[in-house]
Amino acid sequence: MDLSFTDTQKMLVTEARQFLKSTWGTSMVRKLAEDTKDYSNDLWIAMAELGWMGIVFPQEYGGTGGNLIDLCALVEEMGRHLVPGPFCSSIGLVGLTLLKEADNETRSLMIPKLASGQITATLAVTEETGGLAPEDIETICVRKNDHYILNGIKLFVPDAQNVDYILIAARTGSKPTNISLFLAPTGSDGIDIRAHKTMSFDAQGELRLVNTQLPLSSLIGEFNNGWPLVDRALQLGTMLKCAEMLGGAEIILDKTIEHLQERVQFGRPIGTFQALQHHCANMAIDVEGCRYLTYQAAWSLSQGFNSRKEVSMAKAWVNEAYNRICTLSHQCHGAIGFTMEHDLQLYTRRARVQEQSFGETQFHVEILTKNIGSLRRGSL
Amino acid sequence: MDFRFSLEDERFRTELLLFLKSDTPQPMPFPGNMTDEQEWKLTTVIRRKLAEKGWLTMNWPKSYGGQDASSIRSLIFNEEMSYHLIPGRDVFGSRMLGPTLMIYGSEEQKEEFLPPISEGRVQWCQGYSEPESGSDLASLRTQAEDMGDHYLVNGGKVWTSMAHKADWMMLLARTNPTAPKHRGISFFLLDMRTHGIEIKPIINMAGRHEFNQIFFDNVRIPKDKLVGEEGQGWYVAVTLLDFERSGIDYAAQAKRLLDDLTGYVIKAQEAGNHRLSKWWINDLLAKLYIDTEVAKLISYRTAWLQSQHIVPTKEASMSKVFGSETFQKVAAAGLKILGLYAPLTSDDDHSALSGYVQECWRYSFMNTIAAGTSEIQRNIIANRGLKLPRN
Repeated sequence: MDLSFTDTQKMLVTEARQFLKSTWGTSMVRKLAEDTKDYSNDLWIAMAELGWMGIVFPQEYGGTGGNLIDLCALVEEMGRHLVPGPFCSSIGLVGLTLLKEADNETRSLMIPKLASGQITATLAVTEETGGLAPEDIETICVRKNDHYILNGIKLFVPDAQNVDYILIAARTGSKPTNISLFLAPTGSDGIDIRAHKTMSFDAQGELRLVNTQLPLSSLIGEFNNGWPLVDRALQLGTMLKCAEMLGGAEIILDKTIEHLQERVQFGRPIGTFQALQHHCANMAIDVEGCRYLTYQAAWSLSQGFNSRKEVSMAKAWVNEAYNRICTLSHQCHGAIGFTMEHDLQLYTRRARVQEQSFGETQFHVEILTKNIGSLRRGSL
Repeated sequence: MDFRFSLEDERFRTELLLFLKSDTPQPMPFPGNMTDEQEWKLTTVIRRKLAEKGWLTMNWPKSYGGQDASSIRSLIFNEEMSYHLIPGRDVFGSRMLGPTLMIYGSEEQKEEFLPPISEGRVQWCQGYSEPESGSDLASLRTQAEDMGDHYLVNGGKVWTSMAHKADWMMLLARTNPTAPKHRGISFFLLDMRTHGIEIKPIINMAGRHEFNQIFFDNVRIPKDKLVGEEGQGWYVAVTLLDFERSGIDYAAQAKRLLDDLTGYVIKAQEAGNHRLSKWWINDLLAKLYIDTEVAKLISYRTAWLQSQHIVPTKEASMSKVFGSETFQKVAAAGLKILGLYAPLTSDDDHSALSGYVQECWRYSFMNTIAAGTSEIQRNIIANRGLKLPRN
């Protein structure tokens, strides 16, 4: 048993924190929001120069051969500092899927570019229902001679407006899991992408596919048997979302403690009051739960184990815990925390959006009911 | 990072489970299905067997009759013992007094008191709380007056678990009434057969006799039974608070109860029980499953820190708060799930899970009070862990 980061991972975390502290602040996050941009090219290039995009890819593809725990640690830091951009989408959702499932040609074409940050990508699964089951996918793909034709509308696609490629999950047969994956450049004819307008300036978009023609080589994995690939990518994405939220939860607790040490009322720091101390103790317990459930999921995935239970436990807990933390932090901050000027709202608003992405709490609780003993499908 | 136990540790777990299977009653009756006397008898029998294995004080150094076991090994031992509801461990002797004596005890004290603990021949109790001193323990008033060749103790203690079975008590008493409250206390070893000790049982809400109230009327303690220096008792007592407190017992108890409940529900669902097939029951069980996992992971992390010789401050308190509150949550949820069957005790023909759920629920109120209330633990997390200013 070893419940800590390796020395290399600790170094990675320290370097990432120092770098983000010196180059990326909440003022830049706000500026992006004002400019209605959601992505900083300068930051992306700087991150690429540090080798972050290559962290989980093998050296033969220009990466540094790290594992999912390295990636998890890095994303945790990015979550702390509200780093924008399609990092998790490019690396976790698409890069690792291609590494495992694409043919040699696609791999050697795509992965070095993803690993160096030259190109970006995302995965499009959800549609009108907003669900994550194969049944929710209605986008249709048919094969016509030497190409595929896709039609449908994808919604809530993470980073859709900021990427060069989209891995599209489309229906290719009548059985619920008859899903196939296609990799398409976002500039292709018949692809139209619009950004969603959200309360938290996070990047997600709508993808319209109108008679989109893709070459046969765009198929990733087996035809009609792509759901396991989507499923795996979603598990990775869920774990990374947890890591991002964990980073947010940690910094919110840190900032709350700072505030309670400095703010004086009744002639003393309000941190001396038990009511607020106990809020912080509860927040600390919640952070601890977020941390080890997330690391456990990352570790389990990195070992190649069936990690469905670990991933769902993590997301179901982090969803609720992170939002409890934000709410208590507002209570500790008083009126100032409710202003646009204060950074707290940047996290609070994102926390509610993050809660919904990659499965809301009940989605994961339901997965758990099917994975703890043999509980039957519950009746109403 | 590695969430697995080492092969040796897993081998130990297997050995322990095989031992429990062969050397303890299986299945272990729920405490509510035994009288206090039956349970005590089982405790002493199993304690001797654990001592023979060397497990009772496995966490002690070899030189004191232990096995130098890592805190991870101890964690596994306590996890399985608690999960399988096995009586026999002696937390006061092996986890508290023993390590305290190793630091503060004289050579004579170590020689006299350590071997009986590791051999499972002695029951200790903890004379800390008083009627007027609960969370504010340092305000305790029981007095030990220096009479030249001995101390004379007057006053009383309360909530003293197992005092009625104990051979010895670790006693905190005030030796200097004028010193600041933390500095006027001394730590004594008191022979429970000494003249002048009266023990009155207190029956707890679960219907069991564990607590006692103790009255001291001119009780003599020989001078060589003072541990550490006079006036240093508070510091002697708190030194060990952060050790051997992984909190796994709470987490394991919660997990056991939840597993029993889940098994019960699954069986009922398979038998076509309509009421127990509702979605909310599955939902509740799944959410509690996550809570018990968090309780376990926080305990593991606490034990792991100890294995790295890092003193866990906030972690041990977090583990205690979250584990005990989770047990309470699981027990209360268990009552909801059992519905009209919830209140039936083990001697009712229709009882569910032998009345274990209502028994756990009644017990669960103690877990968030004893050994530092949840509120005191949260103070510790905030002050010592998060560095929030003290009042």
